[in-house]
Amino acid sequence: MKARVTVTLKSGILDPQGKAIEGALKSLGVDGVASVRQGKVFDIELSGADKAKAEAALKDAADKLLANTVIENYRVELL
Amino acid sequence: MKSAVLVFPGINRERDMARALKLVSGQEAAMVWHADTALPKGTDLVVVPGGFSYGDYLRCGAIAARAPVMDAVRKFAADGGLVLGVCNGFQILCEAGLLPGVLMRNARLKFICKDVHLRVERSDTPFTRGYNAGQVIRVPVAHGEGNYEADEETVKRLEGEGRVLYRYCSADGVVDEESNINGAAESIAGIVNERGNVLGMMPHPENHVEEIMGCTDGRGLFAGLAAHLEKAA
Repeated sequence: MKARVTVTLKSGILDPQGKAIEGALKSLGVDGVASVRQGKVFDIELSGADKAKAEAALKDAADKLLANTVIENYRVELL
Repeated sequence: MKSAVLVFPGINRERDMARALKLVSGQEAAMVWHADTALPKGTDLVVVPGGFSYGDYLRCGAIAARAPVMDAVRKFAADGGLVLGVCNGFQILCEAGLLPGVLMRNARLKFICKDVHLRVERSDTPFTRGYNAGQVIRVPVAHGEGNYEADEETVKRLEGEGRVLYRYCSADGVVDEESNINGAAESIAGIVNERGNVLGMMPHPENHVEEIMGCTDGRGLFAGLAAHLEKAA
């Protein structure tokens, strides 16, 4: 089973990297960019076929390691 | 003073730290490997040194914070033992949940490697008793992610409870935007936990302890710890 965990900064947390990317896009002349927030994507392969178990394991992984929940939110998707 | 310096893959300041500890106490620090599950018997100070543990993969300090030895450090801290984390060590202690908040990318994005000035906010703690309250010391920083952030309520609590021990300032002790090198909340350079036995700081006092280094301002921190532990023993 394939899954994806997406980690993003909570709103209100300053994102200097996102700001720098936003500036670069503007200087490249990419039109219509209002703002950029960057984050991380984890593509994870799971053994087993139980969807509920997989979701629980991914949530556990995100809480324990993949995200720092002080500053980040995460989303778990089974693909 | 029986100190233990933790060693993770990618750490690079552990020997500087051991040297500073020996200088003030005359005793060799034990080097403790990340996969160990116990601290040496009789340890009264644990130091988490600086560097780039696990290549800063995922987030600074994130992987080291979950290493086996950290369970022993958590227990040691819960029993009231003194823990000092410097630079990457500060990041590790935050990730391990021993200190609140997080170290974010420097506000101006650049890695900063230079001497800075710190104001010692109080002198009545084991980590600052080698200084006077309000004293300004000069120590180096070397970090890309030292911008301390926490939610508003946490910062308020840190301030209200006097848990900010070191703050970035100008050479004459003025805390302002210009001297706040990395954009940290309230110019925070070092904080302690609620109980006051765990300190995390971004600057490197261990690199200003001998005349040959050009400055000995960092020595007070270690001398203070040694004096505190000697008295307690």
